Amino acid sequence: MGLKQNLHNFKVKNQNKKWLPAFNALFTFLYTPNETTHNGTHIKAADDLKRTMNTVIIALVPCLIFGMFNAGYQHYLALGEITQAEGFLGASFWTLDNLLVGAATVLPLVVVSYGVGLAVEFVFAVIKGHEVEEGYLVTGMLVPLIVPVDIPLWMLAVAVIFGVVIGKEVFGGTGMNILNPALTIRAFLFFAYPTWMSGDKVWVHGAVERAGTPDAISGETLLGAYAQNTSLAGIDYWDMFWGLIPGSVGETSKFLIIIGALFLIFTKVGSWRIIISTLIGALAMGLIFNGVVDAGWIGESSKFYGLMSVPFWQHLIIGSILFGAVYMATDPVTASQTNKGKWIYGFLIGFISIMIRVFNPAYPEGVFLAILLMNVFAPTIDHYVVQGNVKRRMKRLKAKVA
Amino acid sequence: MGLLSKKDAALITDPLADNNPITIQVLGICSALAITAQLKASIVMAISVLFVMGVGNVVISAIRNIIPSKIRIIVQLTVVAALVIIVDQVLKAFAYELSKELSVFVGLIITNCIIMGRFEAFALGNGLWRSFLDGIGNALGYGVILIIVGFFRELLGSGTLLGFPVLGDPIAKTGLYSIGYENNGFMLLSPMALIVVGIIIWVQRTRNKALIED
Repeated sequence: MGLKQNLHNFKVKNQNKKWLPAFNALFTFLYTPNETTHNGTHIKAADDLKRTMNTVIIALVPCLIFGMFNAGYQHYLALGEITQAEGFLGASFWTLDNLLVGAATVLPLVVVSYGVGLAVEFVFAVIKGHEVEEGYLVTGMLVPLIVPVDIPLWMLAVAVIFGVVIGKEVFGGTGMNILNPALTIRAFLFFAYPTWMSGDKVWVHGAVERAGTPDAISGETLLGAYAQNTSLAGIDYWDMFWGLIPGSVGETSKFLIIIGALFLIFTKVGSWRIIISTLIGALAMGLIFNGVVDAGWIGESSKFYGLMSVPFWQHLIIGSILFGAVYMATDPVTASQTNKGKWIYGFLIGFISIMIRVFNPAYPEGVFLAILLMNVFAPTIDHYVVQGNVKRRMKRLKAKVA
Repeated sequence: MGLLSKKDAALITDPLADNNPITIQVLGICSALAITAQLKASIVMAISVLFVMGVGNVVISAIRNIIPSKIRIIVQLTVVAALVIIVDQVLKAFAYELSKELSVFVGLIITNCIIMGRFEAFALGNGLWRSFLDGIGNALGYGVILIIVGFFRELLGSGTLLGFPVLGDPIAKTGLYSIGYENNGFMLLSPMALIVVGIIIWVQRTRNKALIED
């Protein structure tokens, strides 16, 4: 008998211990459990929660790897030690130096996010006496991708504890949460430590500690620059599309996000309705703002001019609307469940995201706020969609009877 | 037998725990969210409400048999308003800075649901002494929550307690700040007060399962 049998015997021996769920979590992570169903199985499906979660994580890995290279690339570029990479395969981008800097800053974020988050899950599993849920697997991967590279690790840890406990566990754990936990964590960081989550320093590794010294470098994002009615030098649309711009760790490369989106849609894990409708909503709001500028209602002196005059399609490649639409809005727990509801839900996310982006220069990145807001309204949308359907069918029934 | 009979003592102790006006009856939330960013303001608010409720309950109880029931709400409002004006004037005279900080919220004690609630539910049907105890008890229950929330919000949000920098100086980077600690700005915003109250409710109901309603 091998190690697996020994572990199984250990489990049986300690059946009544309080800490058993913690042991089970590790055990089932490594091995298929020995128990089999005693009565007939009713549903045989391969797409259980674990596989769904893993699919999303696979879709996120390219973003993470790109984020590491980009962290190093932005760092050295701001220092002036390397030249700008030409295109996605640019020689100065995929270098070992970039990866080393990126790994040194990004991997600790991943470790803290998973370590702290899973620790909270373990504690709650032991308290409640149920098995550890897989819900944190995706959240833990998303969190490092949506924070600035230089965020202090203890802040991330505090935010993760807050997000998992207040965002998820108080509502009853995985599958019961109203708000997307990853975005709750980001919102907490944003409001608790605004100096580390916004402004023109935090987006490039090393910019904060150099601020005020002769070696100071800029760490501004494109969106922040637009909000100030300026722009960043030397960045064209292709840089935005490939992702060679400063930003949160994993959200810059629109190219890889689109690949991830196709993967999610193809595996039927992400809802294409939500993704498409979010983008339509964003484009619609962008068009309205362009119309306002074209009509001459807003002049160049207005503080909204910088972002309002951005051509509507460019809103999709600056900022993280695409990342939000693909990985955040589609979270099956917090999104609308009905098909019609998904269209409404997605459209409003896109619409409100761009509205916040333009109208509130303090929150140029309104995507996470818009998604959190619509998370709250998703059940209401579903309710009215379902009621509308019931009403329509009642009418049909009446017509038949009469 | 001490000063209070068992039944009377319950009037004071019940609202402190299992019948707390904020965490169980969920009354008076607005002021609990608005003024608890600082401990000092919470304490002053708690004392003000203690005064208004104690005296107000006694006054209402004393005149309960001569209030025409049709206009009793107006009479109650007049009593609260009079008491609140006294509190407001006292604060303006002796603690002007603080009264500016509390601004409109002292005036809004008038609309604090706990006060009208106790007048209606208790003082109108009970004698002077019991009404007084009930007022004190509920105001203490309210004050305790206010002070707990204020304590955490000021400590974590500003790093001070009653204005004393207990965690060090954030600008000179002394104390905790020298190792990279920073104040949590979210604590100063009202939503966090709601979350802190929520956590108190959570802890209380976990300790006493009988309080959980379906």
